[in-house]
Amino acid sequence: MAVLELEGDTALVSPVRRRGRRLGGLFVAALFWVVLIGLAAILANVLPIVSPTDMDFLGKRAPPSAAHLLGTDQLGRDMLSRLIYGARISLTVGLLSPVIGLVIGGALGMLAGYFGGRFEALTVGGVDVLLAFPPLVFALAVTAYLGQSALNITLVIGVLSIPAFTRVARAVTLSLAQREFVVAAQTLGATHMRILLRELLPNVALPLMAFFLLAVAVTIVVEGALSFLGLGVPPPAPSWGSMIGEGRESLDIAPWLAFLPAGFMFATVLAFNVIGDTLRALTDPRPGAL
Amino acid sequence: MTRALLSLEDVSVELPTPRGTLRAVDKVDLSLMPGRTLGIVGESGCGKTMLSRAILQLLPKRAKLSGRVRFGGHDLAALPAESLRRLRGPELAVVFQDPMTSLNPVLTIGTQLIETLQAHLGMDGAAAARRSVDLLAAVGIPAPAQRLRQYPHQLSGGMRQRVAIAIALSCEPKLLVADEPTTALDVTVQAQILDLLAREQRRRQMAMILITHDLGVVAGRTDEVAVMYAGRVVERAPTAQLFARMRMPYTEALLAAIPKLDSPPHTTLPAIAGRPPDPTRPMPGCSFSPRCRYADDHCRHAKPTLADPERSGGFYACWHPLTLPAAVGT
Amino acid sequence: MARFVGRKLLHLLPVLLAVTLLTFLIASLLPGDLAYTILGDQATPEKVAALRAQMGLDLPIWQRYLHWLWDVLQGDFGRSFRTGETVLAAVADRLPVSIELMLMAEGLGLLIGIPLAILCAVRSGSAIDRFLTGLAFGKLSLPSFMVAILLIYLFAVTLGWLPATGWVPFTEDPIGNLRSFVLPALTLAFAEWPVLMRVLRSDMIATLQEDYIAMAKAKGLHPARILLVHALKPSSLTLVTVTGINIGRLIGGALIVETIFALPGIGRLLVGAIYARDFIILQGVVLFVAIGFVLVNFIVDMLYAVLDPRIRHGRA
Repeated sequence: MAVLELEGDTALVSPVRRRGRRLGGLFVAALFWVVLIGLAAILANVLPIVSPTDMDFLGKRAPPSAAHLLGTDQLGRDMLSRLIYGARISLTVGLLSPVIGLVIGGALGMLAGYFGGRFEALTVGGVDVLLAFPPLVFALAVTAYLGQSALNITLVIGVLSIPAFTRVARAVTLSLAQREFVVAAQTLGATHMRILLRELLPNVALPLMAFFLLAVAVTIVVEGALSFLGLGVPPPAPSWGSMIGEGRESLDIAPWLAFLPAGFMFATVLAFNVIGDTLRALTDPRPGAL
Repeated sequence: MTRALLSLEDVSVELPTPRGTLRAVDKVDLSLMPGRTLGIVGESGCGKTMLSRAILQLLPKRAKLSGRVRFGGHDLAALPAESLRRLRGPELAVVFQDPMTSLNPVLTIGTQLIETLQAHLGMDGAAAARRSVDLLAAVGIPAPAQRLRQYPHQLSGGMRQRVAIAIALSCEPKLLVADEPTTALDVTVQAQILDLLAREQRRRQMAMILITHDLGVVAGRTDEVAVMYAGRVVERAPTAQLFARMRMPYTEALLAAIPKLDSPPHTTLPAIAGRPPDPTRPMPGCSFSPRCRYADDHCRHAKPTLADPERSGGFYACWHPLTLPAAVGT
Repeated sequence: MARFVGRKLLHLLPVLLAVTLLTFLIASLLPGDLAYTILGDQATPEKVAALRAQMGLDLPIWQRYLHWLWDVLQGDFGRSFRTGETVLAAVADRLPVSIELMLMAEGLGLLIGIPLAILCAVRSGSAIDRFLTGLAFGKLSLPSFMVAILLIYLFAVTLGWLPATGWVPFTEDPIGNLRSFVLPALTLAFAEWPVLMRVLRSDMIATLQEDYIAMAKAKGLHPARILLVHALKPSSLTLVTVTGINIGRLIGGALIVETIFALPGIGRLLVGAIYARDFIILQGVVLFVAIGFVLVNFIVDMLYAVLDPRIRHGRA
């Protein structure tokens, strides 16, 4: 069995262990950053920082000082405080939007994968049609017409994430639906409801959870892009995207005004990507999937 | 005496695995004269495929080869990549086990034949195409000119293996390594492919190594047979002599596992009891001893070496060689 | 092959129909009365009623859809009530900019992504492979507007080599035109190459373990031929898909990049239409973009058949 022998040894020698340890360090760092930024966002009101909307007209674009640890922006507002309040927006939208996709898309995908037939064809076709639309245009149009608010942005991005979740849930369900434990449950006369909830859901949950974390990263980016274009959360509420957009105007004299929020956003998005990817690799049976 | 075309000296192949180093090939010595045929026989996982890959220098990247693989005066393991490339094709060729996977699915049969000819014989496209038609005809493919434009998936398994053989023969190699060339094929075409290989081997006077798990395949088709077990050659003899007087209990067991047409219906095939040893855990004694019905304490503690104590040309590595003719052994 | 194309075309029709329906629904269900929007300050109930009747807005929604679809099928996508420009004219005007940007960005992305992917696949597990895959992974977390800011800061603000914004027609100033595309194209290419590299790398690693690659080596072919002919072609199906999706998206304009660099492409047209609440332009362009995306995907499906004869012959 020449083929088996060769495949066997390549699977055995893939450097899973070394890779795993390396990603492990990164994973801990990512987790640490997410917890840190999450706590800062939750405790923003309690933390001893100045209001993010207080302007200091005498100290515009000031470098870091004891009063303003990370300096001030073009209107003299405290950067650190704005960054922390910005994290509130990013994390709120970032964590809530994908929940919509997770619940609706996950359910649709599981039903499509489990029942198949016309329902599946319709779902897959619908997903293909939805994916044909430029998502950012859709988000922009809806926020432009419905009005800019954190709630609207969350809803729009959430709806836009449904097709992707549907795809993932359907793919995972399809791979499970023919497996022994499902077939066994069917033979034993379990109801569809019971099979879906008790047999399939626990197995679909983990891959969907991994995808959820990756979706959080994407959502933070989309919210940032909307705010960057001035169609996100309305000012003066601080958001990382709008801070980057405002900072762009003074790249030549105060580049840190754009780079600081960009750095925060990059670190947060990267952290969610690392956590999601590690989880995805854990649930992916292929060797070397990391 | 002519010089050997291929000689393996103390060849070992080690593969790193999460459970430790796996010794797939363990100190193998073999040699093959020009124009002669050698059968290498053993169970799955005995290291015969790794040995063939070592000869071809196609080992997986992480595999470690030690010892020397001498081929026509070169040490293949020490040869620069470009010199090795020039040997492959005109000197050294291979037919793999599964023609479903050994032909590139996205290139036409013609491309895969012609590129080989052009790489080594410096032919122009038209000459290479004519030669390809001849080659396909020689391996028994009907309507060869049309086949050139077809893709592998449009051919049956047997036809694909014929194409693979045509590619291997295209540059008149001095040595052909056939790695289980019929295992993936229907039983009905297995004999045809083996006969084709034997015919072309004689006609072209090339040396051939035929790797198989089936002792029946090498009988009558090779000059010499080497039996491998757990990475080692445990018995080696001229084919006729081996079948007449096999010395290794393992060889006997292999032979007994072949179904025979003349046995009465519902005869139970004597499968070899137990499993091959874990190659990551070398044992002090004979590797076959846990499954051998003749084994004693000595076998379990001292490793027999391959030798020819009777000076008969038949080498074996066994403390308790069989003395009876093989046919009666079971 | 003809049957393959025919079957795919048959699949295309319902999707296209669904796309028009969805475009129409989104545009129609957006709040705000179009007649009020158009009339603005001059809106009186009589004028609004008259305009609604004139535009057919008082008809039931399904009738409005059929009217609109009929117009669209005849090539009439509508006309901006602000500028009087037809959707087709507006798209024709902006499309060359978006296509030029797309070609440069996709070209650059492939130019960076493919060689790096091959390098990583050949040396998989090595230090260079781990460095590049790590870099690509990190890059996935850097959205294009951040890359744009970094590039502007580096090449426009600090070094002063390239313009940060602005655009001149190619016919007026070819060099200036190309210069204005460098930073936006680089921004998009930076977003593209990590994705392209990742998909090609993993497909290629799998391909390199195939028996036919061992066979190609055993035939004594030149290593470059093995990589570029025997390994690249069967490994490129996912790459083609991803590239196709990217092209489909970029034809619809790179919203953010075109806005940042002030390039008058489809993306800017859309953003402008949204800001101006020019809903007919918005509806027409979105429909155009979505149809373009579906068609590009159709072409990608055809490309599969070219790349893999097994698909062409109706297997797999």
